[in-house]
Amino acid sequence: MTEAYDVEAVRRDFPILARRVGAYPLTYLDSGNTSQKPAQVVDAIADHYLAHNANVARAMHVLGAEATAAFEGARTAVAAFIGASRSEEVVFTKNASEALNLAAHTLSAPLGPGDEIVVSVMEHHSNIVPWQLACQRTGATLRWFDVTEDGRLDLEAADREGLINERTKVVSIAWVSNVLGTINPVSQVAAMAHAVGAVMVVDASQGVPQLPTSVADLGCDLLAFTGHKICGPTGIGVLWGRYDLLDSLPPFLGGGEMIEVVRMTGSTFAPPPYRFEAGTPPIAQAVGLHAAIEYVSAIGMDRIAAHEQELTAYALAEMQKVRGLRILGPTEAVDRGGAISFTLEGVHPHDVMQMLDSRGIAIRGGHHCARPLHDRLGVQSSCRASLYLYTTYAEIDRLVEGLDYTGSFFSGRLATTGGAR
Amino acid sequence: MSVEQLYQEIILDHYRVKRNAGLRDPYDIEVHHVNPSCGDELSLRVSVADGAISDVSYDAIGCSISQASTSVMSELVIGGTPQHALELYDGFQKMIQGQGKVSLNEETFGDAVAFEGVAQFPARVKCAMLGWAAVRDALLRVQASAKEEL
Repeated sequence: MTEAYDVEAVRRDFPILARRVGAYPLTYLDSGNTSQKPAQVVDAIADHYLAHNANVARAMHVLGAEATAAFEGARTAVAAFIGASRSEEVVFTKNASEALNLAAHTLSAPLGPGDEIVVSVMEHHSNIVPWQLACQRTGATLRWFDVTEDGRLDLEAADREGLINERTKVVSIAWVSNVLGTINPVSQVAAMAHAVGAVMVVDASQGVPQLPTSVADLGCDLLAFTGHKICGPTGIGVLWGRYDLLDSLPPFLGGGEMIEVVRMTGSTFAPPPYRFEAGTPPIAQAVGLHAAIEYVSAIGMDRIAAHEQELTAYALAEMQKVRGLRILGPTEAVDRGGAISFTLEGVHPHDVMQMLDSRGIAIRGGHHCARPLHDRLGVQSSCRASLYLYTTYAEIDRLVEGLDYTGSFFSGRLATTGGAR
Repeated sequence: MSVEQLYQEIILDHYRVKRNAGLRDPYDIEVHHVNPSCGDELSLRVSVADGAISDVSYDAIGCSISQASTSVMSELVIGGTPQHALELYDGFQKMIQGQGKVSLNEETFGDAVAFEGVAQFPARVKCAMLGWAAVRDALLRVQASAKEEL
């Protein structure tokens, strides 16, 4: 038997969670935006800067060797964490957006008119715009999966329309939707892509932080995620790729470290992953990401996923009791991550956010970098509460109480207290 | 300051019952303004006749602050001269960007004084300015096209 999940012990590792916002305790429900950081991660970064700092690869002294070992150690740790077969398959970028731009830029290089790239309408802008730009550059056509009314990828419609066909060269979809929380059947879509010889890319920005990850089980060829959503620092992202695929791709950004031999008449390029890492990489950030991976691994990704699943089920049930509240996406915690988007009748998300913020409750309002999905769902914008390993039942209760109050305040069901001055 | 002080009863009243809402004919110019950070959108029409603003009509999606501010603005500028409306814009903008140090003359600004609290919430300044920015843009365009015709 594994011992019970001790959320209070987890919270003690995150000093920020003990702070107050005005008269209220902080209720941080914006982890899908960025997660908070445990002291272990902050300490690892501080220790790197205070005791081992140097540039990597090119500095031939003790500190240079230590920094290089730390940076490459992080690469090895990331590879193991996502089930990669070798560490050279892990490319460090500055964030998931850069990782997806790298994928779009290099994969689209040989494409032309008549070729098709497939995404979905539930993607984050980061997994739409780079492909739109690639299509503009090459003349390829962008197509997309629709979603069903309950917020799942519409595989039947895709099948009917022949969405994935012999012209499809790349399929790129989110593993877990940052708005709907939907967990997409990535391995199934990957099989569809591979059946027509297309490359399968996965935006795992919301998936890797929430679920145990195996790139082999997902069946993808490239996978992108970011460090700051998994308790790591900002400024570091990861593109994992099958080695033979990475080896076949052209460079993305040019500069130091990505070359083999540079002559004024032309250059040759380093093998992966260095071919894709121009300039000084995010070294301290890699050290921080390594510490973050060790931190969540020590708790256990399966246990973190189970905790989130339990809380998401509770939150979905409680939130649906709020008058006028509509959940976007699956309303049951089945194949669903911990992002819950919603609208509150008669209250704009900006106002919901402001009212909750005044009670120390941090959520996100707007279109969450997924405007096409909001258009598709017929809502101008929405609110999103997103949970993580440190979220408690009490925090969900505070959210629900705040939403009840907000709804009443704006509909005039409350006697307004602050009207007179 | 508390959030309840931000959401003055006057603001909530204009939010629930928007004055002059809906797009109407005739009009001289129509402008579209957006607030990309929160997705608020506003289409606004202005009609000027005999040197006075004869109508301001609009269709808007947005938060309570932007909706109420547009509603209040329309009441203040309709019937006055374009020059008066542009002066009101300057005064309102100065107050809203004044971080709480600038107050409005209630006689001149009427319900718009309820937005003084918004100046304490920098993230909401753009919301309060959306309608004002749109009407200013529309009036300047009307003036520019009038000059061209001369």
